[in-house]
Amino acid sequence: MLLFTLRRVLFGIVLFVIVSFTTMWLLSFSFDSIIGSKLGAAANVDSIAAMKADLGLDRPVPVLYVEWLNNLVHGDLGSSFFTGQPVIEALPSRLAVTLSIVGPALIISAIVAIVLGTLAATRGGAVDKAAQGLMLTGYLIPNLLIAIVLVVVFAVNLQWLPATGYTPLSEDPGKWLQSITLPVIAMAFGGAANMANQVRGTMIDELRKDYIRTLRTRGVPMRAIIIRHALRNAAGPALTVFGLTFITLFGAALFIEQVFALPGFGTYSFNVALQGDFPVLMGLTAWGVGLTIGVNLLIDVANGWLNPKARQY
Amino acid sequence: MNTPLLEAKGLKVAYPVKGFRKPPVEIVHGVDFTIRRGETLGIVGESGSGKTTIGRAILGLAPISGGTLTYDGHDLASMNAQQRRKLSREIQVVFQDPYSSLNPSLTIGATLAEPLIVQGWDKAKATRRVLDLLDRVGLPKNAAQRLPREFSGGQRQRVAIARALAPGPRLIVCDEPVSALDLSTQATVMDLFIEIQRETGVAYLFVSHDLAVVRHISHRVGVVYAGDIVEQGRTGDVTVTPQHPYTQRLLLAAPIADPGLQAQRRTERRELRAAQEHLSATEASSASRPDAA
Amino acid sequence: MATEITSDVVTSALPASAEENEVRRNAFQRLLRDPQAVITGSIILVFIVLGLLANVIPAHGPNEVVLSATNAPPGTEGYPLGADATGRDILSRLLHSINTAMVAGIIGAGIALIIGMTLGLIGGYFDRFRTPVEWGATIIQTFPGLLLLIVLMPLTGGDYRWTMAIFGVLLTPGIYRIVRNQTVGVSRELYVDAARVSGVTDFRILGRHILSVVRGPVIVATTFLFGSAIGTQAGLAFLGVGSKEIPSFGSMISDGFRNLYIAPSQYIWPAVALGVLNGAFVLFGNALRDTFEGARPKAEKIEATAVVEGFAADDVADSGQLVQVRDLGIAYRSPGGHLNEVVRGVDLEIRMGETLGLVGESGSGKTQTAFGVLGVLPAEAIVTRGSVRLEGRELLGMSQADLNRLRGSSIAYIPQEPMANLDPVYTVGRQLVEGIMASTQVSKAAAKERALELLGRVGIPDPARTFGAYPHEISGGMAQRVLIAGAIAPKPKLLIADEPTTALDVTVQADILDLLRDLQAEMGMGIILVTHNFGVVADICDRLAVMQQGEIVESGTTVEVFANPQHSYTKMLLNSILDEETIRTDPPMAAAGAREGAR
Repeated sequence: MLLFTLRRVLFGIVLFVIVSFTTMWLLSFSFDSIIGSKLGAAANVDSIAAMKADLGLDRPVPVLYVEWLNNLVHGDLGSSFFTGQPVIEALPSRLAVTLSIVGPALIISAIVAIVLGTLAATRGGAVDKAAQGLMLTGYLIPNLLIAIVLVVVFAVNLQWLPATGYTPLSEDPGKWLQSITLPVIAMAFGGAANMANQVRGTMIDELRKDYIRTLRTRGVPMRAIIIRHALRNAAGPALTVFGLTFITLFGAALFIEQVFALPGFGTYSFNVALQGDFPVLMGLTAWGVGLTIGVNLLIDVANGWLNPKARQY
Repeated sequence: MNTPLLEAKGLKVAYPVKGFRKPPVEIVHGVDFTIRRGETLGIVGESGSGKTTIGRAILGLAPISGGTLTYDGHDLASMNAQQRRKLSREIQVVFQDPYSSLNPSLTIGATLAEPLIVQGWDKAKATRRVLDLLDRVGLPKNAAQRLPREFSGGQRQRVAIARALAPGPRLIVCDEPVSALDLSTQATVMDLFIEIQRETGVAYLFVSHDLAVVRHISHRVGVVYAGDIVEQGRTGDVTVTPQHPYTQRLLLAAPIADPGLQAQRRTERRELRAAQEHLSATEASSASRPDAA
Repeated sequence: MATEITSDVVTSALPASAEENEVRRNAFQRLLRDPQAVITGSIILVFIVLGLLANVIPAHGPNEVVLSATNAPPGTEGYPLGADATGRDILSRLLHSINTAMVAGIIGAGIALIIGMTLGLIGGYFDRFRTPVEWGATIIQTFPGLLLLIVLMPLTGGDYRWTMAIFGVLLTPGIYRIVRNQTVGVSRELYVDAARVSGVTDFRILGRHILSVVRGPVIVATTFLFGSAIGTQAGLAFLGVGSKEIPSFGSMISDGFRNLYIAPSQYIWPAVALGVLNGAFVLFGNALRDTFEGARPKAEKIEATAVVEGFAADDVADSGQLVQVRDLGIAYRSPGGHLNEVVRGVDLEIRMGETLGLVGESGSGKTQTAFGVLGVLPAEAIVTRGSVRLEGRELLGMSQADLNRLRGSSIAYIPQEPMANLDPVYTVGRQLVEGIMASTQVSKAAAKERALELLGRVGIPDPARTFGAYPHEISGGMAQRVLIAGAIAPKPKLLIADEPTTALDVTVQADILDLLRDLQAEMGMGIILVTHNFGVVADICDRLAVMQQGEIVESGTTVEVFANPQHSYTKMLLNSILDEETIRTDPPMAAAGAREGAR
């Protein structure tokens, strides 16, 4: 199990290097225009070349990358071209905002999905039909639209909750809860629909398997069979979808933050990208890729723990 | 004329293992056998023994890792894909599972014509040949326009036999072709195999786990155990008076469909097992003595 | 030998029924009969047509600013849906947005389709490319999706077509995985092997045998991706990625949203259009999936076997037998709704200490009968008539709780496929302990002790090691012994074994049959053994019952039936057995003229 985990971690590091390098390489094509926008009116071929040499961006991408990676290992992501603020300081507070809506949304989606999916798969009939209807609705409506409807109904018309803005948890837990309620609901809708459908499908497959019948013939009550065996076996595939949903929600948060004017990762990255602030963009990439890989790693390890067969590899 | 149609000498099959620098797993550990023209060689063994792998090696579907496999003077092991393809009209196959061995979305006619068309037959000629083949295996002519799902297991196996016969092969590898069939169908399909052999002089490598089936169709039999052929010879000898302990066990383990005879066989099996256990126990103890070597 | 029955066996299943014709209708025709597909497909078509007429219907260009029209309400002359905060025609922008959305969908889904399909076919079919292609897909999947689209804005300049092209690449793993899994599955099919043996080239195999299977799921997935690309483009435009000149649902929603307090209706038009279009694609994809892949599995509540309405167990006199089955009928509902009986009036009796062989070919209803007695028929099955009594107690129509109590103490079951009947995620020991505790209310420690004792009893050499092993760590023969241990744990009176040795090698089969015989002698239980193998029947059964098409055609003691079969079907079956004496004796025919003979 330890070896398995170690191999996964190593694999994750290799992936991180490949993906972050590719991103830097892609961005290197637009160095000229980035510097052009930094120089503004003073931009011409000579001044751009001079500035490029100044910032060290005239060197080959592999050299730049090794330097960036080396700094990263030492906890330095460089400073913003525009504000001079160290990148490493700029990101965590924004990430906290994003995670404080993505995290709860993911947990709520997972709980709803497991309950709804299991109910649909084990009850059948009308319960199944109703659950499937709910899931379909979640699919049908883009969460951007759900967010807007929520703002219009609960914030603008009913004025129950704030439409925009964010209060950190450390400042006022009550207000924090109010500020994340609508965004979380908007995101959980689609996430739950996606996962519930998966849970339902896997549970139906699982309940049709031969070992379920054998357990029934041993006099094990159906409730125990569903919870202890079917759900436990369905957990593996469900976990994979759980990981994918996290990444999807992280992406969806970019829109949702905009609707609710939350000062999160998405809003920040959008502004940074408009300016072409290269060090900050690379910092964002590092965080984004790191989170994706980290979540996948956790899922893999959890899967190895859930499934005795997977541990062998 | 006396040269065998197919000859294997020290044939080994090994599959590469996924993962960095892991040695390949050897399934067949160097087997020798020959198949003469018009003859059936039965290969009998249990699951995982490598009997199916031997057949797949002959068909070019499993990697040969050692030894030679000579077909009519050509070494199959050293052939590239193109040379192999030329031989495809000579060596054909009938698989075990009649459900997975026919493409569900192609009509029977299209399935049967495919080997002919890749050999360069023109369409009209191929169509005539397909109708002949259907007739030969006892299926009606209108079967050509139908899809596999309209046929029972036994009928599908007849289609698979027709497909194997299409290019006029000299050797057909039969991989458990009757194991998935019901008892009554099994008997008729076996008879079809024998009839066709008598008519066309095609040779069979007949792989099966069932001693009774192999006994019924083979001129000679090889017994595979854990990747080796432990015993081979004429059918009457190997399946009635086996010499190797494993073949003896195999023979006595198969129940006879007769209550009286089976009770007798059960007793014999228990005696044999007791004797073999005793033998291996004494061997083990003598091997552990330092002076035994 | 049974050569004479050849012809009627061959022709019997041939006449095509109306149902088969139904199946043969091609996918497109079936799609046209599905209202969901027709409605959603029409909605998509209407959108496409409206988009194509974007320069014809409205009176104004999408970026034409008329200050006097600022925030014009719907219905204003020349502005049927009104105008936005900068005085642009909402209808015109809306129709042009459709084109933007469609182009976004075509680029995103198209790129994902082309790259994903190619990689999937290569990675799935050619073993040597599988690992590198898989790596490629994993790398693409690691890019942080939408964040990357934003980070790369300096590169794309926010042009939505470039953004969608990158998005398409990011979507490729989805298509790739579907194609690869399907391809791997199909390449393992024996018909692909048969084509290879026939000298068919890899290219032709991919085109003829594999593409036809992959096609359906890929069309379905592409439809969903199309919707997803439209949604993402709208989302990015909402954020403000991209040119302000390009009309898009996203930028229109964003404009309208900012103008919410002044002209609350402005954001509704694009939002509704986006919602309807997106929904149409999802529902159309769902309909496509049902057409191509068949309806998805229906959820069914698992409970005691359903009995037909107004069912009353036959009132039979208790004959003192262990099990008495009278006139049992089991049916399944056809798609048309009427009941098809697969077991039709079966009578059986078993005494304590007796083994009854239930023999028949595939589809004869022998397993259904056994499941009927056990009360574990699939949820779709319905008992139509009859009575099943265990020591005089009626089992049909019994409540789930009562059945559970009975199963834990009196009836036990041994399945056909030992591996599939153990839960892969728990150790063998835990599963045994669970069964023992469910039936006997003993402590965990006592249950463990009993499980170890049982493992030893069924001939497992090292019980403690097997107790701690996972199912995949033991052999099929061992797994069957474990299942037997589980079955005999409550010392049942009746043991139902469904083809218990069919999946095993003959040498293992002999040992398992010996074990069953010994256990019966020791515990005195009655056994119903379902099998197709007359050798097994001869070995272990006292009596046998022969089933054909849901009915028992003959029964009697084993010795009697083997010696003197009465029914023609039994005679035919016994005649089909390859007996010990038939050894092939004719010499191989001379090879000369072999080829001519084959032509």
